[in-house]
Amino acid sequence: VSTGASRPGALADLRVVELVGEFTGLAGRYLADLGADVIAVEPPDGAAARRLPPFVDDEPHPERSLRWWSEAAGKRSVVLDLDAAGDRDRLEAVLATADIVLEAESTASLAARDLLPAQVLERRPTLVWVTITPFARGGPRSDEPACDLTILAGGGPVWSCGYDDHTLPPIRGQGYQSHQMGAHFAAIGALAAVAARRRTGRGQRVDVNLNAIANTTTEVATYHWLAVGSVVQRQTGRHAAPVATEALQVRASDGRYVTTGVPPRTPAQFAAVVDWIAELGLAEELPEVGLLELARDPAVALGAPEAAASVEALAVYSAAREAINLIASRLPAHEFFVGAQRRGLPVGAVLAPEEALENEHFVARGMQVPVEHLELGRTVRYPGAPFRLTATPWRIARRPPFLGEHTAEVLAELRGAGARR
Amino acid sequence: VSALQHVRVCDLSGQLAGAGATKILAALGAEVIRVENPRNHGRWDMMRTVGPYVDERRGPDLGVGFNNHNAGKLGVTIDLADPLGKEVFADLVRISDVVTENFAAGVMDRLGFGYGALQALRRDVVYVSSSGFGADGPYREYKTWGPIVQAMSGLTFTAGLPDTEPAGWGYSYMDHLGAYAMALAVLVGLHVRDTTGEGQWIDLATTEVALTLHGPALLDWTVNGRGRRRPGQPNGNHAAYDEMAPHAVYPARGDDRWVALACRDDSDWSRAAAVLDAPWTAEDRWSTLAGRLRFQEELDARIAGWTAERDAEDVARSFLAAGVPASAVRRPPERIEADPDVLAWGLFPEVDHPEIGTVRVEGLPIHLSDTDWAIASAAPCLGQHTDHVLGALLGRDEDTIASLRAGGVV
Repeated sequence: VSTGASRPGALADLRVVELVGEFTGLAGRYLADLGADVIAVEPPDGAAARRLPPFVDDEPHPERSLRWWSEAAGKRSVVLDLDAAGDRDRLEAVLATADIVLEAESTASLAARDLLPAQVLERRPTLVWVTITPFARGGPRSDEPACDLTILAGGGPVWSCGYDDHTLPPIRGQGYQSHQMGAHFAAIGALAAVAARRRTGRGQRVDVNLNAIANTTTEVATYHWLAVGSVVQRQTGRHAAPVATEALQVRASDGRYVTTGVPPRTPAQFAAVVDWIAELGLAEELPEVGLLELARDPAVALGAPEAAASVEALAVYSAAREAINLIASRLPAHEFFVGAQRRGLPVGAVLAPEEALENEHFVARGMQVPVEHLELGRTVRYPGAPFRLTATPWRIARRPPFLGEHTAEVLAELRGAGARR
Repeated sequence: VSALQHVRVCDLSGQLAGAGATKILAALGAEVIRVENPRNHGRWDMMRTVGPYVDERRGPDLGVGFNNHNAGKLGVTIDLADPLGKEVFADLVRISDVVTENFAAGVMDRLGFGYGALQALRRDVVYVSSSGFGADGPYREYKTWGPIVQAMSGLTFTAGLPDTEPAGWGYSYMDHLGAYAMALAVLVGLHVRDTTGEGQWIDLATTEVALTLHGPALLDWTVNGRGRRRPGQPNGNHAAYDEMAPHAVYPARGDDRWVALACRDDSDWSRAAAVLDAPWTAEDRWSTLAGRLRFQEELDARIAGWTAERDAEDVARSFLAAGVPASAVRRPPERIEADPDVLAWGLFPEVDHPEIGTVRVEGLPIHLSDTDWAIASAAPCLGQHTDHVLGALLGRDEDTIASLRAGGVV
């Protein structure tokens, strides 16, 4: 159906049973694209994600949810009513063939269905059972309602993000980042447990705690507190810090924004800035650029900007920052980005997600992956691989499944497997 | 018993985007040997020489960020540009399952240790290279750090309020996510090696990891032609696709205090309205999502008026008690020292660092019931384990090591 499907995927030997829940989708998707056979177990009325926007052509329909598509491509769908005894038996049969289970259920819901992980592991001791929930399973907050916004607000990321103007609220970044982070750790935990199983012969439980992930995904905010008890303050377009730092985000001449990154700090970079300023005819607007003329000499040792630099060194670094900011304000964002990078100055242009997807570099790298949606008569471009496995390619094995599309197929496989036994 | 105790990683990576990955592997039991350059005192990894520091002392062994990202690893110094250093390094590759690095694209080739060379030393090596833009493509030579990765991939753009400049992520979010993806890439490579006997090279571009982190936004673009750059968007604090309202960060009593509140459905709203206990909530227009979205600005203003007079934690408690997701926007002391979930988890274990002293580091946000993680030691001082690795693992005798050290090779 799609690219790279000819060679087996990296996880082709693994079967994953996903009890589709609020936080399982992206983890299952990750494993599916890496080659695992991921069976999404949905209730008769379908996974909740099927009812979430956006929809194809804005027509709400369980097979047209792009939220579902983004979480379910490459999987198979099996409908089981886990409140009915017959379907629970069918689930047991599926679990008997599984390596990994993904779930995000409440403990009460699992208990009611005789699916508490410790009990299932007694029946199926080689299973790797991965729980992805907002707080520790069975921990002091495990019954609290939570969603992406509140997890990121309580866990630290939101405190660090926002504007210099603190009358504006702190900001949550879009993209369901708590789910995204959870998917990474679910996959890491699952594969670490599979690796352990190869030696011990035993499966185990993996508890993925989204609040704990948020708490350990805030970079400087956490270790400033741990080291010296200081609290970072949010700033526009740059790192939150205990004391205010200078602006790094500049409005380019086309109204787009750029980030000037780590300001110039080496003689070669000072030289590049001086030459670029001259090339653009901006020298008269920035007399301080003369300081950079001196600093382009490799013999002039300034000391790192982080260290206790001299007044002269600080003046040089400040002039370099002003120079790069001036250039950024006078060029269109893309021109500034390419021009600076070609001169060895690491900067970035602030692209919208769709602009990034259409960007020349990512297009050349194959980040647009076509997937056939025959029933819609469309080929849909999906974002591509998070990393490139050169021997066992990442791929999207099939379009997202219709509700229950593979129920009969999977049950037939199980009967076949049973008959062979 | 640990999950990865059979795995040895020859780790050339640094900063957070690389070192953060091998820290996870080390906590899960892998023997991670960080290789640094004796000529520049390990300064390629800027984390060695930036703060914060616990006191007035400065130096490559004293940065707490470096300690946090490298806890549980061994540290050796080897000059990869020196012929004798290359021999030592080649021997280390021969006994390693994995080689990791996040140099700029092309550096390993120039050192003579591209994938082909590594494979010649160790046939089934899992080699994971991480860079900003990957090993090929028009921007392969371009350099990044976290905020540039976030800018180029759309993450900066989608963290902000509409009709103003982007706020962006106030830290190198993509150094973390790049590290998570890199740790996963190593585990995937090892899985293939363990099942087929074949190693491989994995080319990881942190900008591409970032491009996969948009949820349905990119499908909304490719299917519906609707981008995130449009009037009224993006609003990071609102639900991105109008799937919930209210859904925002509201002011609370006190200086720069805030509380997040989200109603997932009409039932959440009716219980939230009971908490708000104000006459305006009884109006019919609020009872459906469509109504709450249509008048969202007014809804947010009314809720803000209510929350602004109250303590953020009290507000969150009231809504949580009613079954509605809510949380104070917690500052580091509140989430690190006072969250019962974090405390029960053991999220910030202490390590004893020979120079820094006893400090806490970040643990792992997963627990494995049978082979759990552990962080038993601090980050290595520069070259702390050179004698051990060259002697016990690589069979060099004391005289040889002394001579290599005298020559500045290790």
